[in-house]
Amino acid sequence: MDKVIVTAAGILTIAWIIWFFLFSRKKQVRAAVSSGIQEVFIKVKGGYDPDVIVAKAGQPLRLIFTREEEASCTEMVVFGAFNKSAKLPPYEEVVVELLPEKPGEYDFSCQMGMIRGKLIVEE
Amino acid sequence: MKHAIIPSATTGVSGEHRGAVRVELPVTGMTCASCTATIEKALASLEGIREANINFASQKAFVSYDPGLIGMGQIIKVIKDSGYDVGSEKVTLKIRGMTCASCVSKVEDALKGSPGVIRAEVNLGSESATVEFLPSMTTIESLKKVIGSSGYRAETEPSPAREEDAKEKEYKALLRRFTVAALISLPVIVVSYPTFFPVLKDLDMDTLRLLWMGASLLTVPALVYSGSSFFKGAVAAFRHRAADMNTLIALGTGMAWLFSTVVVLFPELFPENAREPYFDVVSVVIALVVLGQALELRAKGRTSEAIKKLMGLQAKTARVIREGAEIDIPIEEVLVGDTVVVRPGEKIPVDGVLVEGRSSVDESMLTGEPLPAEKQEGDEVIGGTINKTGAFRFRATKVGKDTALAQIIRMVQEAQGSKAPIQKLADTVSGYFVPAVMVIAVSSFVLWYDLGPEPRIILALLGAVTTLIVACPCALGLATPTSLMIGVGKAAENGILIRNGEAIQVASALDTVVLDKTGTITVGKPALTDVIVAPEGDEKEIVRFAAALEKNSEHPLAEAILQGAGTREITPPDPDDFNAIPGYGVEGVVDGKRISLGNRKLMERIGADLDIFEKDSHMLADEGKTPIFVAVDGRAAGVIAVSDPLKDDSIEAIQGLKGLGVDVVMITGDNRRTAEAIAKRVGIGRVLAEVLPEDKAREVRKLQLEGRKVAFVGDGINDAPALARADVGMAIGTGTDVAIEASDITLIKGSLLGIKAAISISKATMKNVRENLFGAFFYNTALVPVAAGILYPIWGITMNPILAGAAMAMSSVTVVSNANRLRFLKLR
Repeated sequence: MDKVIVTAAGILTIAWIIWFFLFSRKKQVRAAVSSGIQEVFIKVKGGYDPDVIVAKAGQPLRLIFTREEEASCTEMVVFGAFNKSAKLPPYEEVVVELLPEKPGEYDFSCQMGMIRGKLIVEE
Repeated sequence: MKHAIIPSATTGVSGEHRGAVRVELPVTGMTCASCTATIEKALASLEGIREANINFASQKAFVSYDPGLIGMGQIIKVIKDSGYDVGSEKVTLKIRGMTCASCVSKVEDALKGSPGVIRAEVNLGSESATVEFLPSMTTIESLKKVIGSSGYRAETEPSPAREEDAKEKEYKALLRRFTVAALISLPVIVVSYPTFFPVLKDLDMDTLRLLWMGASLLTVPALVYSGSSFFKGAVAAFRHRAADMNTLIALGTGMAWLFSTVVVLFPELFPENAREPYFDVVSVVIALVVLGQALELRAKGRTSEAIKKLMGLQAKTARVIREGAEIDIPIEEVLVGDTVVVRPGEKIPVDGVLVEGRSSVDESMLTGEPLPAEKQEGDEVIGGTINKTGAFRFRATKVGKDTALAQIIRMVQEAQGSKAPIQKLADTVSGYFVPAVMVIAVSSFVLWYDLGPEPRIILALLGAVTTLIVACPCALGLATPTSLMIGVGKAAENGILIRNGEAIQVASALDTVVLDKTGTITVGKPALTDVIVAPEGDEKEIVRFAAALEKNSEHPLAEAILQGAGTREITPPDPDDFNAIPGYGVEGVVDGKRISLGNRKLMERIGADLDIFEKDSHMLADEGKTPIFVAVDGRAAGVIAVSDPLKDDSIEAIQGLKGLGVDVVMITGDNRRTAEAIAKRVGIGRVLAEVLPEDKAREVRKLQLEGRKVAFVGDGINDAPALARADVGMAIGTGTDVAIEASDITLIKGSLLGIKAAISISKATMKNVRENLFGAFFYNTALVPVAAGILYPIWGITMNPILAGAAMAMSSVTVVSNANRLRFLKLR
């Protein structure tokens, strides 16, 4: 009997892990536009808050990062597709400016690729 | 110095002050003397202006005004509105100690009330002040003092030294956390293995349980102090629906502690043989992982040594001439156009052009070139290099973020933060890695519990905990970036700027290097060597015709011909009807005669018969000289030979490239015979001659279609399309122009030897990356299943969780240490 319970609990846990980390919906924010520039404030603490940013193609995008922790994992943010990166000193605003030209999904991450965010560029 | 808070004026003069105030404002954008009148008129029409004088020569406005009636802001606005600007600078200062909104106005007022400040905006959120000021009236230092006197602390951008301090602090904190966990581990280990210790051996179960309860309490500080970052990190990541290394360690140690504590408090819940706690796993694993992090931090610190060295090159102060006197000012305040004084042994603060004096300058820190460069009037000097022998003055041309050094630092930083394509796999894997390990850990628990031997619950728990602890996503994540950081830094130390990780990866796999002849293999400064004329012709006349046509040309050979005319004391007349035909030559009318000057193709085009010059022109070409034909009224009249000497190290560099197994191809617009003669002298087998400038990119494409990975090496200005077309575009830099857009790699030194060094560094870096990636993948794919217990059914082997902790801690240290080996790469 106990084996059945442990097995069932195990399978449920595995299903939950897969759903929670890989498929559940993440916080998504659309970039606000002010005087022709799209702007998003991103808090960095164990991850990017918001994790998913939606922006329009062809309009300059200004991402303002504030890293609210000292753990060195998040000290850098890398936009591989844009060949851009920035050092994020703790508790300071760092601005990353991009010009997303083609619609699509672009990942950004810490230097080691462990902490990720996504930039969705729409038409 | 007392600073009164005066909200009304921006010049530090109170509104109640009833006298006239005289200020001196730099005005920019005045192109002619009549501009002065425009501004004077505009200013004079304002109420409160007593006198306005604009001096065109010194580009300054002298304004007397009544501060009770008008503010500086209005005066500047009027100048700007009439189409000019005042030479103001903007600076952003960090301000510490502001706690409330009223602090904002205090700081703003203090700034606005100080002389020379035009505008000040303070932002509480970002704790910063943006100040527009007149550098001729105030300095950043005195702005800081003003803020200081209002009770706050101002700082310019964080310096690398402060970042260093922060790293040192983090390192010390890690060591403290390690020490605590290690000290806790000692007694915890003793009570965890009572059978090994004589006194404990004989204790009864109840006493042991009491000791274990003690251990449970004792390990709490190991969790909440030493292991705090794991739990905080795990929670933060969890909120983002993500999991990382912190999650794994927090889960592993947390589960071990929870289970052990339950066992100690309620042993009756568990079978007789499963009543032992595992507090040692908790404290020892935390101690080991924290120690690993400390070692990793140390090793990572060394990976950015190159960039620290570059930042350290920046001078702190400069001695400039202001209002006739030499004054020392902070480097941030040097302006374009300042005259800077440099004495022997001093660092040159910014980029500029030498205007007075001569000296030799050690530029090795930027170019890698060991010999000092001789500098005289008109030569460029680069900030960060060291003046050796003479004193001189130079005019600053690039300051602040525009200097070569600042650009180099920025490029290196950007490249160090970029990704190489090879990382893609690791990135994809690390996205799924942690959830996968958690799934394996749960499966391991279930399988041990369902199928394993007794005590099943213990073995199941250990299987899961060990799996969580042994997995090392960090090694995977660190593998590429650390090697890239060091590779890019190492290259920068040798005067090679690599744009990004992709350039390194492609450069490591090159098999063909295409070298532009002029300015790359040769010096690029041709000289007129021979003049051969038709039997009835006159040498002087031919040179005169040629020089006349080249007068307006920008072709590199033109200068050689004009110089040749100069040494023959010929003054070339102005040509009429001048026409340049790219790829052929030039045509025009001189003294009523139609003169054509150019290559063989031009002569064929105009139908001039070259028979009489056939032998001579071939002979010249075979000597590596470029023959240029002169035709008068459609008939060949002479041949002028121009020769461009080889660079000193071209032969050595090309041999070196061949040594790397790379094919070297020469490309040139020059004629085939000349090109082949030069190719032979430097040892190049394949020559692409008579290529029109716009076809260079197409030739590169053709080589690529042969299946080659091609690097194109050129000067970066005329060769931009070919540089962009090539798999790797390498630009040979000159002086302070380092950030050449089209290039993937810039060789600051301007020597071909840099190509070999760039390829060698790229190869070594990629080899290192592969070693790291292999190590990280191998480690995880081998040890995670072993930890889960895959070997148990076959050989009865399980992994000790403490060993797993040690292995995990060592794996990322190993990756970083391996990357650090690159620092000792020998280039020659």
